[in-house]
Amino acid sequence: MANSIRVRAVASGDHTEVQALVQHPMDSGFVKDAQGNLIPPHHIEVVDFQHAGKTVFTALWGPAVAKDPYIKFSFKGGQKGDDIAVSWVDNKGESDSLTAKIM
Amino acid sequence: MLRVIAVLIAALWVAGACPAAAADTINPDADFKAFRDYFTKKFPKVPLNDFVNGPYSMDAGLRKQWEAIEDFPPYDFAVDRGKEMFGTPFKNGKTYGDCFANKGIGVRQNYPYFDEKSGEVITLELALNRCREANGEPPFSYVKDEMASLTAYMAFTSRGKLFDIKIPNDPRALAAYQNGEKYFYSRRGQLNFSCASCHVQSAGQHIRTEVLAPALGILAAMPIYRSEWGSMGTISRRFVTCNSQVRGVPLEPQDENYRDVEYYLSYMANGLPISGPGARP
Amino acid sequence: MPLKITTNSRHDRTRRLLLKSALGGLVAALALPWLPKWARAADGALWPKDAFTQKTEAGAIKALYGKEATASDQVKLDAPEIAENGAVVPIAVSSALPNVTSISILVSENPFPLAASYKLPPGTTAMVANRLKMAKTSKVVALVESDGKIFSATKEVKVTVGGCGG
Repeated sequence: MANSIRVRAVASGDHTEVQALVQHPMDSGFVKDAQGNLIPPHHIEVVDFQHAGKTVFTALWGPAVAKDPYIKFSFKGGQKGDDIAVSWVDNKGESDSLTAKIM
Repeated sequence: MLRVIAVLIAALWVAGACPAAAADTINPDADFKAFRDYFTKKFPKVPLNDFVNGPYSMDAGLRKQWEAIEDFPPYDFAVDRGKEMFGTPFKNGKTYGDCFANKGIGVRQNYPYFDEKSGEVITLELALNRCREANGEPPFSYVKDEMASLTAYMAFTSRGKLFDIKIPNDPRALAAYQNGEKYFYSRRGQLNFSCASCHVQSAGQHIRTEVLAPALGILAAMPIYRSEWGSMGTISRRFVTCNSQVRGVPLEPQDENYRDVEYYLSYMANGLPISGPGARP
Repeated sequence: MPLKITTNSRHDRTRRLLLKSALGGLVAALALPWLPKWARAADGALWPKDAFTQKTEAGAIKALYGKEATASDQVKLDAPEIAENGAVVPIAVSSALPNVTSISILVSENPFPLAASYKLPPGTTAMVANRLKMAKTSKVVALVESDGKIFSATKEVKVTVGGCGG
């Protein structure tokens, strides 16, 4: 099965724009299943983006972030070929990470 | 008698694209022209190729949200998974590619087709499961998950290619085409709607905050990631849920009638580009 | 808390990365602070539980920032007038204000108004685009922390197909 994180990082001038899409149910805890039982909350809490060993962006997410969440941001720095490291951890302690190259 | 004819003509006119030809001559080309004219006349501002974007060709506010989602669409995972599945051999060493022309790449726009040997309409989903069974693998559910991933990948490799559905000069093929057309225009369910009620007569109108997609090119974006489902769904899934939505009893996925409807709608979309996989509300 | 790696990919780059994050996980479990930050990756301890469990907009803002927000036309909130589907509403926030260190988004009528909060180190642009769930028609509030002060913009987004399963 493929990694849960997809990243598109593009350097433009002196900035790098980063988009990420993460495959995650982001269950809010408010939805019932077919049997009428509440599906417990299961959502990403923290997403960390790093470039050159420094965090350039931190996302703190609650259950109201959409399923298969998306994020876009931009930071000063980064060049084509540099690494962007992305990692997330959810409320159950599960996690995943990925390093992608800036294009 | 005159009144009956008048009512009949009125009914056909209301149905929109139903040809006024005599009941025993099936003329797909005349149907095609009438169908296309109906939609291009009803929506003169929509560029022909944009019809494949369904509701987004009809409403600017929805289009903007859709474009934001298409920027990095949630169906990307399904495409990746489909590509991975395509590259993974069956237990007997063969692959999906071995069941299709051109190794299954860039062929989606040719489906469905009429198989003159078996006398039936073969859809892409049916072909994929038959491929699995022919190679000793169990079939997948038609409505989502693996089937959606496979068709998402195949649609993706055909993006931009134009629908090229053929109806051979075979009475069985013409009958299947006509059966599909009939199913499309027949009312069913407690709500007594036909597919045409929403997608022909009311195309472009709102149903709550959603806009009804025009039937022209409506299968071009399949399979779709629907926000409503929070997941991918195939053509089979959509046909089944459409039946449920009009409070009718859904048929089994890949039922002959569903395949015939897919045949009819795909033929009506000839010349329009594959836009799938897609994102929808 | 040990980090469990949930993926099992066959891709080379992910294999390399799984090893890296496994190391990171091990490191986090052993709580070795002298290791560089990159080895620790996303840290669950950063999550502001109090703010995320507040049931009012005011409560969430107070828990997040400890001060009130002032409306400002320098905060740009991009949200649709009518959401296509409350389950996935594309919303973006940007600002020309100086030294922005945080952007947060609240959906007033959600069971928990705070939807997301973003930390922006120096050098990161004051812009974020995300997709949120909205339970029903609601005010959406964007908060921007600039030079330690909080500024806001508000927009009403209509929802008929709710994002919380309703």
